[in-house]
This record gives sequence, C-alpha cells and structure tokens, in this order.
Amino acid sequence: MAGFISWYPSKTDLKIPVISSQISCQDTVGSWKARWDFGRMSYIVPPGLYALGSPDENSHVVVTANYKMTYDLVRKALAGRDLWLLVLETYGINVWCAAGKGTFGTGELVRRVGAVRLSEIVTHRELILPLFGAAGVKGIEILRRCGFKVRFSTIRIEDLPEFLDRGKASGNVRELTFTAYERVILTPIELQTALRKAGPFLPLLFLAAGFFNGSFSLHHAVLALLAYFAAVISGAFISPLLLPWLPSPAFSIKGGVTGLVIGSFFSYLAGVVSPPLFAATTLMIAAFSSFLMLNFTGSTPYTSRSGVKKEMRWALPAQALCLVTGFITILIWRFL
Amino acid sequence: MKGFSYLKGVSTLALDRGICTGCRICTEVCPHNLFYVAGGKAEILDTDLCMECGACALNCPAKAITVDAGVGCASGMINEWLASFNIGKKSRTGCC
Ligand code: SF4
Ligand code: SF4
Repeated sequence: MAGFISWYPSKTDLKIPVISSQISCQDTVGSWKARWDFGRMSYIVPPGLYALGSPDENSHVVVTANYKMTYDLVRKALAGRDLWLLVLETYGINVWCAAGKGTFGTGELVRRVGAVRLSEIVTHRELILPLFGAAGVKGIEILRRCGFKVRFSTIRIEDLPEFLDRGKASGNVRELTFTAYERVILTPIELQTALRKAGPFLPLLFLAAGFFNGSFSLHHAVLALLAYFAAVISGAFISPLLLPWLPSPAFSIKGGVTGLVIGSFFSYLAGVVSPPLFAATTLMIAAFSSFLMLNFTGSTPYTSRSGVKKEMRWALPAQALCLVTGFITILIWRFL
Repeated sequence: MKGFSYLKGVSTLALDRGICTGCRICTEVCPHNLFYVAGGKAEILDTDLCMECGACALNCPAKAITVDAGVGCASGMINEWLASFNIGKKSRTGCC
C-alpha cells in the first residue's frame, strides 16, 4: 500500500496503518498515468482508518475518498501533522464525482465510522470533510446516526492546513476557482476519451478517405486522420484552455468557434483550395470540436444540470446538421 | 466564481423563506457561496450561478431549499439517455 510505514500501536485489536506524507516517484508516475487514464479504475487505496504521523485520541479526523490521487494529495498537504485519515469507499472516484453519485455519502460515512470503531479511537466527536462532499453527505443525519458532528472544510486540499489551524474557513478558501492550470490538468483525460471512443472508426475514416478518388491515396487517408486530430486538439485541449475568453456562455459555441479557426487553418495548411471543400472540412472540424467541448461541461465546477440539458437540446442537432452538411458537400463535390 | 457563468434562467434552485430557520448551514456548504442570512432568513445571491450540486438542499434541516440536483455533464446525460433506450452500457449512467 502506498505510503505504508508500520502498524499503529493501538490499545485495541484494530489494525491501523501508519502512513507517510512523502510522495514517492512511483506515486507521481501513477498520478500521471491516472490523468491519462491508464488503469485509472484500479487506482485506489483500501478504505478505512489511517494514522498520519502519531495521532492520539484528541487528533483531528479528516475524511476523504479512496481515489489514490486524492489520498496522495491529502497526505502530502498534511505533512508534518498528526491526525487520522478516514478513507471512504468511493470505488476509486474523486470526492466531487462520488458525492454526486452518492458513494461519498451519508450511508458510507456512517458505515465506515462504525467499521473502524472511530468512537473508541478518538474522544472528540468531529469529522472534517471536504466542502465538495456536502453534495453527498447530510451533516445532521451523520450526527443523528453516529454521534459525530460534520464540519465541511475547504474546496482545495491545499487550503486544508489553514482550515485546521484557524478552525474555520475564511475568505478565498471557500472561493471556487477554475484557473488555466486547473483546466489544463483535466485535458489529458478528455483527449484520451475522445481518441478511445473514436478508435474503432479511425481505420474506417482512413480507408474511406483513402479510396475517395477510386484508387487508394495515402495522402488523402492521412489528411482525414489529421483533420480528426485537429478537431480533437481544438475541442478537448485548446477550447478548455481558452474557456473564459471564448465567446458565449454555451460550451458548444465556444468549441465551435475554436473549431472554425483551427479548421480553416487546417484546411489552408492541407492545401484544400476548392471553396466548397474548404468550407465543408472546416465545418466538420468545427462540429466535432463543438461536441467535444460540450462534453467538457462534465469537468467544470460551474455548469448546472438544467443548463447542460437545455444546451444539449439545440446543440446536438446543430452539430449533427453541420456534420451531415459537410459530408454531403464533399460527396456532391466528388461526384459532380 | 469570478469570470465564469453558465446559461441564465435555467437553474431549478428555489428557497422557501417561510420555513427557513436561519440556521446558516446553507452558507457553509454551497461551493459558490450563494447564500447569506439576513434578518433570520436565508437569501440567494444569484440563482444563475448555481451549479445544482444539491449540497444546500441535502443539508438544510428545515427542507426549505429545493433543487433538481445532478452533475451538469453532457456525456453523463448522453449515457443516461442511451440507457433509457436500452443501448450502450447500462452500468455507466454517469460521466465519471
Ligand atoms: S440551511 Fe435551510 S433553514 Fe438553514 S438558513 Fe439555509 S435555508 Fe434556512
Ligand atoms: S445546489 Fe449547490 S451550487 Fe446551487 S445553491 Fe445549492 S449548494 Fe450552491
């Protein structure tokens, strides 16, 4: 297990691992693998109670998810402190998504507090939860069912030490941000998903474009693949990065605008000279980029369910229409 | 959240001030800081900034807040929609 040092010298028969706040090379490599979605699903730590440093019966109890990247961030942020870490079974999913699904929830927290016999280990009755956990955990219910008072702390793990020191959240600790860095670290998974989902269709695209003029042309086949990659880069990397500066609050429009720019750039570089073909290629890249950017709503901390529903209702048909128009234009151009 | 706002006039967030007890729990759980309490009753700053996470409604002891909660995620919704037609993997109803 990551960060394991020894067993806690407990007075009871409970086995509590003592863990280190040091993040090893292996942990760092692992977190990058997880960001790129290699074996992400198995990126978990066993749920239960962990001792960080040498906590006693008065030490804080910090609750977190069993997604290994979250667990690593928490123990790293809390380096040099003595406290208890209560890890919930969220099936390797981060706090935010797990709270939305209900796995980081009231039932699991009550169960876990009971399973590790927390009331025998600490004398106080307080649990510190990440603020994002509030979407899944009902504080008053926890108090009623197991006697522990829930305190929702901060959004960012890095702000947790300050919260513990001051005993409350203050000022910008509770303010949500979505900085360029916070957006960029989300893009590998978007890129990976886009490529994986399209995987089976890529050879098809390669062949269809290759045989477009009758006999096989490697040039056309490669261009079609490159057009696809251009759309992916546009919708799953450039658009998320430029998010606040792109026009309109609607994600599909943001992605579409980037796609139009990248698409015309691509068509120009690819040497597409005929205007209808140029327009069709650009339109198809824009439609795809728009679709990918619409998917990015799932990674932002401010899009609402009702909003996404409303946007999808007109954006999906519009994207499909653009794709079909582009495709038909190319066919007409080919056979005329 | 400065610099970010999504579609206006769609949030399902609603507050019944009549039954609010002014306990302030909502001010502690909303990630967007959308609540404040004045004169013993909660107020919503700006409904359009709500991301419908449901934390306030879940934690309000008086049940004064309602919201159609869920993760605002297109791929999750496409999956749900496909599942309702019995296509696609049924186990994956969310996005993450
Ligand atoms: S949590 Fe509910 S009862 Fe308490 S202040 Fe907010 S709305 Fe009012
Ligand atoms: S649903 Fe979430 S974002 Fe909306 S007001 Fe409630 S806690 Fe805040």
